[in-house]
Amino acid sequence: MSDALEIQEPVTMLSTPIRLNYDFTAGVAQSRSLRGYAEGRFVGQRCPVCKKVYVPSRGSCPVDAVPTKEEVVLPNTATVTTFCVVNVPFAGQSIEIPYITASILLDGADITFMGLIQGIPADEVRMGLRVEAVWVPKEELGPTLASVKYFQPTGEPDREISTFREHL
Amino acid sequence: MAEPTEVYTSAHVLEYPYSRSVGPVIGAFLTGLREGKIVGIRGENGRVIVPPTEYDPETGAETSGFVDVGPGGVIETWAWVEHPRDDAPRSTPFAWALVRLDGADTALLHVVDAASKDEVTTGARVTAHFLDEGERQGRIQDLCCFQLEETS
Repeated sequence: MSDALEIQEPVTMLSTPIRLNYDFTAGVAQSRSLRGYAEGRFVGQRCPVCKKVYVPSRGSCPVDAVPTKEEVVLPNTATVTTFCVVNVPFAGQSIEIPYITASILLDGADITFMGLIQGIPADEVRMGLRVEAVWVPKEELGPTLASVKYFQPTGEPDREISTFREHL
Repeated sequence: MAEPTEVYTSAHVLEYPYSRSVGPVIGAFLTGLREGKIVGIRGENGRVIVPPTEYDPETGAETSGFVDVGPGGVIETWAWVEHPRDDAPRSTPFAWALVRLDGADTALLHVVDAASKDEVTTGARVTAHFLDEGERQGRIQDLCCFQLEETS
């Protein structure tokens, strides 16, 4: 044994990364939303009973337990219902902190999804803020929500919280 | 709307960069591996436990006293892996074996390198084969395998 080894510190930590490789199959309804992203538009589905619009849709209404078949193309404009300021650095982070992750309610939709907010200082984002989707360049569009770069303010007046309270 | 829709499938990876503290006993075992040796510990009734544990698995009493064991040992039982999976320690066929090292009373699960399963037998003598000194990092892979001893 060499002297160099004898002065090494005892082992106290062990790196044991856990890794799971799997294939995700989106199913018919979600694939339609994914194909919508590749075409640069939001595609949802409407419940035939309660008329709520789900985007992305899973192919059925969780309230009425019926298939959702009517396809609905939604606009790029939306409202921030609620949001979170991300201040914590973590492995694999690709955006400079602080940044905003928001619940996005597209105009005409009845459920929210998570979206990145840019184009406004983090401390100026508020509930009811009007935003619009900014898509990646056409040649970079693909069947993934990553086709939406972020949402940015439209400059329209904020929406009253009472108008989207049921979506919080 | 009735047109067939392509159903998308994509490969996903879920990975956590996880670290754990190993404690004084497993720490000593891993430190030993980094030094190119195998360390066991003495249990309550004098049995030598390899890999070492903090408590005697039979009595629950605290263990004490590290003991160097091996590098030779005996195959207690084994299973041949004809088609190693991606995360196996070998890309070619090998045996998983419980190896009772010389001086130990329990067996260690590890790889036995062999060209074919016909070479592996219960009771066969094997010797620990370590990575070169500069490549050892204090983990079980420092002990890269057991190799069958030449029978003459």
